[in-house]
Amino acid sequence: MMREFDVVILGAGPAGMSAAIGLRKQGLTVLVVDEQPAPGGQIWRAVESVAPTAAGQLLGAEYRAGQPIAQAFRDCGAVYQPQTQVWQIEPGWHVYMTCAGKVEAVRADRVLLAMGAQERPAPFAGWTLPGVMTVGAAQILLKTSRQVPSEPVWVAGSGPLPLLYMVQLLRAGGKIAGWLDTSPAGAWRRALPYLPDVLGRWGEVSKGLGWLRELRRAGVRRVRGVRSFRALGEGRLEALEYALPDGRSVRAPAQVLLAHEGLVPSVHMTRALECDHAWNEAQACWAPVLDAWGQTSRQGVYVAGDGAGIGGAEAARARGELAAVGIALHAGKLQARQAQALSAPIQERLRGHLRLRPMLDALYPPRADVLDPSDDTIVCRCEELTAGDIRQAAKLGQPGPNQIKAFTRAGMGPCQGRQCGYTIANILAKAHNRPVAEVGLQRVRPPLKPLTLGELATFNIEDEPR
Amino acid sequence: MSGKAYDAIVIGAGLHGLSAALHLARANLRVVIVEKHWSGRHASGASAAGVRTLNRDRGELDLSLQAMDMWHAISDLVGDDCGFHAYGQICVAESPEALSRLQARVQGLRADGYTHEEMIGPDELRHLLPELSPHCLGASIARRDGAADPHRTLRAFRAAALQAGAELVEHCGVAALERRGSDWRVAGDDGREWIAPFVVNAAGAWSARVAAMAGDVIALSTKSSMMMVSERLRPFIKPVVSIMGRSLSFKQSDQGTLVIGGGLQGVPDLDRETSAVRMRVLSKGARAASDLFPMIKNVRIVRIWAGLEAKTDDMLPVVGPSPNAPGVIHAFGFSGHGFQLVPVVGAAIADLVRHGATGRAIQNLDARRLMPPHAEEHQP
Repeated sequence: MMREFDVVILGAGPAGMSAAIGLRKQGLTVLVVDEQPAPGGQIWRAVESVAPTAAGQLLGAEYRAGQPIAQAFRDCGAVYQPQTQVWQIEPGWHVYMTCAGKVEAVRADRVLLAMGAQERPAPFAGWTLPGVMTVGAAQILLKTSRQVPSEPVWVAGSGPLPLLYMVQLLRAGGKIAGWLDTSPAGAWRRALPYLPDVLGRWGEVSKGLGWLRELRRAGVRRVRGVRSFRALGEGRLEALEYALPDGRSVRAPAQVLLAHEGLVPSVHMTRALECDHAWNEAQACWAPVLDAWGQTSRQGVYVAGDGAGIGGAEAARARGELAAVGIALHAGKLQARQAQALSAPIQERLRGHLRLRPMLDALYPPRADVLDPSDDTIVCRCEELTAGDIRQAAKLGQPGPNQIKAFTRAGMGPCQGRQCGYTIANILAKAHNRPVAEVGLQRVRPPLKPLTLGELATFNIEDEPR
Repeated sequence: MSGKAYDAIVIGAGLHGLSAALHLARANLRVVIVEKHWSGRHASGASAAGVRTLNRDRGELDLSLQAMDMWHAISDLVGDDCGFHAYGQICVAESPEALSRLQARVQGLRADGYTHEEMIGPDELRHLLPELSPHCLGASIARRDGAADPHRTLRAFRAAALQAGAELVEHCGVAALERRGSDWRVAGDDGREWIAPFVVNAAGAWSARVAAMAGDVIALSTKSSMMMVSERLRPFIKPVVSIMGRSLSFKQSDQGTLVIGGGLQGVPDLDRETSAVRMRVLSKGARAASDLFPMIKNVRIVRIWAGLEAKTDDMLPVVGPSPNAPGVIHAFGFSGHGFQLVPVVGAAIADLVRHGATGRAIQNLDARRLMPPHAEEHQP
């Protein structure tokens, strides 16, 4: 028998948990599937076990804030299925998943995607060398196993996450070799237009300034205005080379390099479902087009959390709660008036949490060569193709991303374009002098997560009409 | 654009359109290909690229055998081997009943003088496919068959057609097809137009719409065959394998990936120009593949897709002149097995344009068999 639910939620981070709690309050049946072994998503990863420990102390109050929410989620009556990968969603809605090698399809009236964000793919020459990682990946190691690199760490990039990670790393006993700050000079000039927002949300701003002070006190060397950098080494990272604003190039020995250029919404699932998406110029990324309740252009498919647009944990919670109200309304569990009354204060909170976002976008644009990587930069790791290979193929007519895939195999590997999609779009936009928004991304092919032939073969198809 | 004279306008830059254009341009005819998206956007780019005479319908077998000779000299035609390897195609029997069906087919072919299919016993089968499950009893084989690389083939035909002088217009759909004296006028949806005495309808899944513009009402449905590709593996299988009585086509590409198809159907949507995968149907293909090769159970599927192409009621293509529209030549409805016919169909079309007749075996592929009675009287 196929399991049926009113709603299936994908993701048990701040948005997914908050939505589940809200939906249960309205009496809907809910299944929450998540890849992690415990609730929390990326931001509150392993929060139930880590928050009460010393590591929880050094990760900070924002991290520990996830613990009561995880508890409320555990108690809300939603069916929670961790360590589960969803690899296909078909209209109806049928959600196909694998858990412990077992394949299952469940049916739901509505699907809420709370898949969060991914780090912006920002390749540079040498990024595939062992010893090079993203800041996000390093932070996961810190959260889940309190792993701190024993060697001094170079951090390259911009945005709040590298700041927070460096502070956490120092508190955990790590060493920082240097910080290559890639945000362009003139940060305060760029932030100035947002002064009222800054004052309005001073608590959050002062938190960021506090991190900066902590780094300065610890004597972390900050190299400002780095325009580009590359990782060098035979078989593993041995050195890095970076370009200063005046054009000078500096080389330094390096054992660990962590890079980060901001977050972008995870749109793989919404794109696979062919939901409408819009280009966000300020954040240089795609996001699904949503109504006030988080419903996509496909009826019955909703998005909440950073997958709807980068906003952080508190905004994700608010979006999860709004989606819950909207789904209850559409399912006939709430009257329009009740839904309005419930949603008004949540909307107000959401507006507050998103208020600083335009300033952060202005402060931390991705570094220029993210949009225009050097010819020797590997763009598609699965098929080992460089930016130069893509530029070469771009000369055959005026190919779009799908045609580039056919020409070069870029995007045909296991990552299915999650890593190379933006970079290929940026290269084509530049080569053909078109806006990135017009170039678009490659079509997404199933399965959305790894699936073995054996798993697919064991699938029960007896009730499938021929 | 307008003002320049063409001898032929090819609608559709899939492999059949490119092949027709290549053969026409090689004969020094002035050809333009008008393509709605880009060359190989649909069926040609979604093909498994099987080069197969094995189990061909007798209605197109002679044509397929002619095509096979051309595949064995494909570099002469397009200047690239298209990744074609003649490692053979094998159809295995899992039961005595399936085995006797294969035997009956091969005997029937022999009786009519065809020798391209043979039966092989368990020993040779094991030798050719060492990892095959022992429950397989025997097989038929076509030794000159094989498979090519679909994208490489597309690139080669595209480059060869352009080099021969064909003009390729991409990102332009056809809005109208009209008679202009003894010529045809093809109007693009962006306002451009082309005029020529001959039009080749190679519009794939949308060919019935183009045929209707010329006054031919041809029954056509849509196929949306699903394919899956695995992660890369060490080379372990060279021939293409199918199973008597089950939907499977199984091979390993030059890249090491497994390419698994066999005609399991997704959901086509002609108007949105897309098709959706149905995992519950596809699981049959995964089961058939892992029944034959149990060692692949833990192999990861990397991507799955479904193409869009035209299917006729008798599963044979339409290749030949339009019954109602002099100068219009159809080449569509390949029903899931058109890839192998690409070189020969293009040659047949060039023959028809140049001489009004062809020696290629298209006699069973006339459009009239699919048209309602009296439809011939329909005038554009």
